[in-house]
Amino acid sequence: MPTRGVEFAKVSYTPEGGHLVLRDVSLSLAAGTVTALLGRSGSGKTTLLRMVNALVRPTSGDVRVDGRSVSTMRTPEELITLRRGIGYAIQETGLFPHMTVERNAALSLEIEGRPPTEREHRAREVIAQVGLDFDQIRGRFPWQLSGGQKQRVGLARALALDPPVLLMDEPFGALDPLTRAEMQAMLKKLLKATPRTVLLVTHDLNEALYLADRILILADGGVVADLSPDEITASENPHVKDYVSAVNQMVRR
Amino acid sequence: MMVILQRYGWEIARLMFEHLWLTVSAMLLAVLIGLPVGIILTRRPRWAKPVIGVANVIQTVPSLALFGLLLPVPWLGENAARLAILALTGYALLPILRNTYVGIESVSPELISVADAMGMTDWQRLRKVELPIAASVILAGIRTATVVCVGVATIAAAIGAGGLGELIFRGVASVDNGLVLAGAVPAALLALAADAGLGWIEKKLAVHQP
Repeated sequence: MPTRGVEFAKVSYTPEGGHLVLRDVSLSLAAGTVTALLGRSGSGKTTLLRMVNALVRPTSGDVRVDGRSVSTMRTPEELITLRRGIGYAIQETGLFPHMTVERNAALSLEIEGRPPTEREHRAREVIAQVGLDFDQIRGRFPWQLSGGQKQRVGLARALALDPPVLLMDEPFGALDPLTRAEMQAMLKKLLKATPRTVLLVTHDLNEALYLADRILILADGGVVADLSPDEITASENPHVKDYVSAVNQMVRR
Repeated sequence: MMVILQRYGWEIARLMFEHLWLTVSAMLLAVLIGLPVGIILTRRPRWAKPVIGVANVIQTVPSLALFGLLLPVPWLGENAARLAILALTGYALLPILRNTYVGIESVSPELISVADAMGMTDWQRLRKVELPIAASVILAGIRTATVVCVGVATIAAAIGAGGLGELIFRGVASVDNGLVLAGAVPAALLALAADAGLGWIEKKLAVHQP
């Protein structure tokens, strides 16, 4: 699986009838690295992430995946090809409630028209990769799963087509701290075994420090901090300091 | 009741069959029209208000008046059953159309974005995500439409289209309550049976939302 880089070139976004969310954001995410996006609610993190798989179109500027311009893709075929090469995992609401775990996990293969035996085989593989017992869980529906199990299945589904790019929008946001730590460790292990270009939206600085190679903070329509995890604690950037002091405050409590 | 059954048993059975024929034909037509139109409206939301508005207007026309108004229409007015089926289709359209539209529109935007992000085509999204999740709402519309149809079909006897309404109209004309009941009770039972049967299917199709 070749890894792919992602580039944002002077990307701006203003929703119809709304205020400017992003202004001239330029970024380059190196292939095979994990980039965490932090920022307050409404700072444009999810918008930026959704531009990669063209769920959101920039008002101006360009987004490129593996050198190919996403902004100019207009035909359904182009978009479908792009999206099938990008894994997408969101908070637990993302599983289809009328499908079993097995069908949810192998849905990407189903929509590609792969045969049932291949789908079952792949579902078994990815469900095992995320640490679940396939035979025990395959026939269950999302409402029969715990929060952690749902999240694992969601991640398994995102990995089913072995995508070189993975978009994760607060994937562990709804989990209790212990399950969240387990999930983070599992994701780190998976990414170590198979590097992918990951864009991770999170509110949790510790999660970003643990998982990411690079941490970006979004505020006021742009990137206000761009650091490696090692640089975070020593940074004099006021936005970074706000995050660090918020975490320290919670620890002191 | 036994006396009524003894006297009118065969006639009730024949008219019930006619009643069913009118209702089922109208419902099939209404589903064939309402379901695809409802789906198209979710893709062209600007049309939703005027189209549902038209269906609403049809619903508000009193059934006897609608049958009367359609009688002089060429081809349609030549066959009473044909006319009744089309008028009943008009009545059944609104609940099916509206519930199809509302059912699909109320599928969580999160799930729609996941379906799109997975690279589903519009047809795959409709078939694999939207319709199964909206199925119980759509079926609730079909159920409402069926009950309305069974009721309105009794009026179809006024234009000679047959059905259980024939016994009711004859009973009213001859001031024979037994005859009125011979038509009204089976019609009510038919409506209750349709309601219960479709309600059961609706429950089976309901998706357990988190």
